[in-house]
Amino acid sequence: MIAGGADKTAAPPKVVSIRGVGKTFRRGGARIRALDNVSLDADAGSLVALVGPDGAGKTTLLRMIAGLVSIDTGSVAVLGFDAARDPQSIQSRIGYMPQRFGLYEDLSVQENMDLYADLNGVTAAERRERYPRLMEMTDLGRFLDRPAGKLSGGMKQKLGLACTLVRPPRLLLLDEPTVGVDPLSRRELWEIILHLVRDDKLTAIVSTAALDEAERCDRALLMHLGKVLSEGSPEAIAGRAEGRVFLADPGPDEPARRLQSRLLDDDAVLDAVPEGGQVHLVMRQGCGPAAVGLSPEPALPRFEDGFMTLLHEAGAGGHAAGGAMTLARPPEKGADDVAIEVSDLVKTFGDFVAVDHVSFRVRRGEIFGLLGPNGAGKTTTFRMLCGLLAASGGTLRVAGEDLRVAGASARQKVGYVAQKFALYSQLSVRENLDFYASAYGLSGRARRDRIEWAMTQFELTELARVVSGQLPGGFKQRLSMAAALMHGPEILFLDEPTSGADPLARREFWRRITALSDQGVTVIVTTHFMEEAEYCDHAVIQDAGRILAKGTPAEIRARARAQPGGRPTMEDAFIAIVEEARARPHEKPVDKSGVRGGPS
Amino acid sequence: MLASLLRILALTRKELLAVLKEKRSRVSLFAPPIVQCLLFGYAATYDISYVPYAVIDRDHSAASREFLARLDGSGVFERIAEPARIDDLKTAIDTRKVLVAIIIDGDFERRLSLGEPAAVQVIADSRNSNTAGTASRYVNEIVAGFGETWAAGHGARPRPVRSEVHAWYNPNFESRWQFIPGMIATLTMLQTLLLTSMSVAREREQGTFDQLLVTPFRPLEIMAGKAIPPILIGIVQATLVMLVGRFWFNVPFSGSVMTLYTGLGLFLLASIGIGLLVSSLVSTMQQAMLFTFVLLMPFVLLSGLTTPIANMPYALQQLTFGNPLRYAVEIVQRIFLEGVGLDRLLPDLWPLAVMGVLSLAAASWLFRHRFE
Repeated sequence: MIAGGADKTAAPPKVVSIRGVGKTFRRGGARIRALDNVSLDADAGSLVALVGPDGAGKTTLLRMIAGLVSIDTGSVAVLGFDAARDPQSIQSRIGYMPQRFGLYEDLSVQENMDLYADLNGVTAAERRERYPRLMEMTDLGRFLDRPAGKLSGGMKQKLGLACTLVRPPRLLLLDEPTVGVDPLSRRELWEIILHLVRDDKLTAIVSTAALDEAERCDRALLMHLGKVLSEGSPEAIAGRAEGRVFLADPGPDEPARRLQSRLLDDDAVLDAVPEGGQVHLVMRQGCGPAAVGLSPEPALPRFEDGFMTLLHEAGAGGHAAGGAMTLARPPEKGADDVAIEVSDLVKTFGDFVAVDHVSFRVRRGEIFGLLGPNGAGKTTTFRMLCGLLAASGGTLRVAGEDLRVAGASARQKVGYVAQKFALYSQLSVRENLDFYASAYGLSGRARRDRIEWAMTQFELTELARVVSGQLPGGFKQRLSMAAALMHGPEILFLDEPTSGADPLARREFWRRITALSDQGVTVIVTTHFMEEAEYCDHAVIQDAGRILAKGTPAEIRARARAQPGGRPTMEDAFIAIVEEARARPHEKPVDKSGVRGGPS
Repeated sequence: MLASLLRILALTRKELLAVLKEKRSRVSLFAPPIVQCLLFGYAATYDISYVPYAVIDRDHSAASREFLARLDGSGVFERIAEPARIDDLKTAIDTRKVLVAIIIDGDFERRLSLGEPAAVQVIADSRNSNTAGTASRYVNEIVAGFGETWAAGHGARPRPVRSEVHAWYNPNFESRWQFIPGMIATLTMLQTLLLTSMSVAREREQGTFDQLLVTPFRPLEIMAGKAIPPILIGIVQATLVMLVGRFWFNVPFSGSVMTLYTGLGLFLLASIGIGLLVSSLVSTMQQAMLFTFVLLMPFVLLSGLTTPIANMPYALQQLTFGNPLRYAVEIVQRIFLEGVGLDRLLPDLWPLAVMGVLSLAAASWLFRHRFE
């Protein structure tokens, strides 16, 4: 047994009992209401999800349960202890894995485990009994000597979980454990979590922004801006959208994303996302599907639909979130129809082959997706396209040139948004835009106009003087995109733009991308959210440096194994394709180790 | 060309904004050089203003009393003890009560009167060879002065040969006069090297450098935009240190300001080139910091600021030719004390220019090609 839930008799009926807690933070002069009258009960052996957009208060609530945050009002009882008066007793009985778990990157897997065992006073005898189980559960046994910094994102999270579990906890708190983790690793992590709860009767509270994960929990607490919007079983929350969920078919030759974008503009529609070549939409209260002039087929509501409905009722989200935009100067139609052409591209770091004979072609004005797990070589491919890295072999053309050797003017044609915020965090929004405008040769009146345009389009005007490092995540991304678009590039590169973004921010982001593409900008984007491939015209799936599949979303989806009860999703297709390729080692030595061999 | 200049200007502006925007970082740029200059000005001096001494005067004559009176009247020596026995004298030195012990033999006045050489025995605590040397030099000067006055007053023959020292440029041998001008170069290098070695490393660590590389910036433009701000900051820092030296410590300035700034400009070019080279080689700020400190120590030791280069072993002397600080210390000292012009400084100026050009060229190439 991995969990320490053995002493059932001593356990209180409720493992966690929270009554009307409130918490206000002071940041600068502003008061932020992080938690407002929040209540929650967690039964022994249950799995509870904390769901909500960024700034909902999920992390604060978890930290409060762990006794790490003082309580302004209300009460928190954990395992029978008062979190305000006796946090030590709680901390010695629970396992808490924060969003950025403190792994020591230079220490090996084994050394990290030993360190946390030492810190928790786990004896040698206990370790001998416990380590093998943790290794079996996380499948880390093969990598004991590997430095933690060299593990993939998914493996790091598993190691973090193993370190959290070295001393058997009676309550497990996980803060967004799957952020930045690819679908395969995400599936494995959730299998571990479910095993801990279902088989070992551990109680766990998991915060997440991925709504499909909440569907697997016993109960979900839906939060927004510190308040509880709803609490109940995932089915009950999904039921809030009952009778309002439909699947609509786009017209012939119309990409689903264009129909989706059109539907979002309609007041009768609450939410719409492209899915399996169709558009999954939620109508507003009292609006029938006839209101949008389509005859869509009804569909079963999902947790996500209930979530969006509740958020909408609370006055947030829906398509009011914005994202529509117009370019001041759409790119001119080039004579050449091909925006990017890559053939036989290879990149090696020592023995490690990060990109292995990759070829693809991106047409002008299309959205092109580069999909794959962490360490698949997507970022390396990207960096070569942007001229940041020299290729070891093969050829590449971006707007007709190799940016590595082309003159500075060729770089004028592309915009690049890096995976993590890469503008100057000590400068203000306006100062950053000013600098990048000048970097792209804009001056005087033209510069002022473009900055004005960027701040209006990305709704940054009110934040012009804010130091950009202090912006919330979503605004940082808007600023990055604004800076990358100011010079009117023909081609926009976006590296993992939605990693760590909440569902609202992701919808808004994709709306912008759709609008950009409609106005002629070629967009090439990497992501490990497979459902986002539905927004693309074409996509390739990359794993261990190789391209495993390419085509339209429909063509890729067709390669999935048939799923019982329902159409295969993009994620099913992805997992099928990657697993199939990894199961054929004779064809090519595929690195299954989950190592990140080089900058990926 | 104009586009290029505008880009360089934009980067320069951004760099200056990044370091000067916050009050804290402004203070951390300009306060330390002033504080360090004050600190060094007072702490780093070879001049001694107080020498406690013990004496055994076995003569008890008018001559010995006159000699000791001279010693006491110098303003530097203070008689702490007059032990009766040699052992007590030893103890006084062992316990660091006195720095110097003096023994005057019983026939001191008699020998002087006879015109025979009379000896004053001086024992110095040489556990610190610097202070001991200086203190004995002072005693020697007083002994020589006493000998001449005595001879003149008592009709004895003066000594046939005597030395008459004229210390040019620094008549009172004040080590501060030599130190502070050297500090202008040293402190400026310390600050600018740290500032520049961090600049690209910080951008790499925070991912902003990639963003910069995908813009139309050319490597040379990045290099210029990265080099100009620290040169400006370095000039301001050097000026601050110079003002402290000139007006607080009253170190005379005999050269021309133009010459000084020309020399400093070339020196900053070399120093910033080295900083940017370090910055383009490392990948994190921590590495940059470590690298800089590893470089700084030899730069300072081999600069001739604290110990004369001529005293070093031959191999080390050769190494100093690769050290920009060596030339800068010499340039600033000579301009301050000697007042030389650019023509005479040429042998020191051209190596700085060469170092600057080479290191900046290497750095700007590395901006783009580091990982290959």
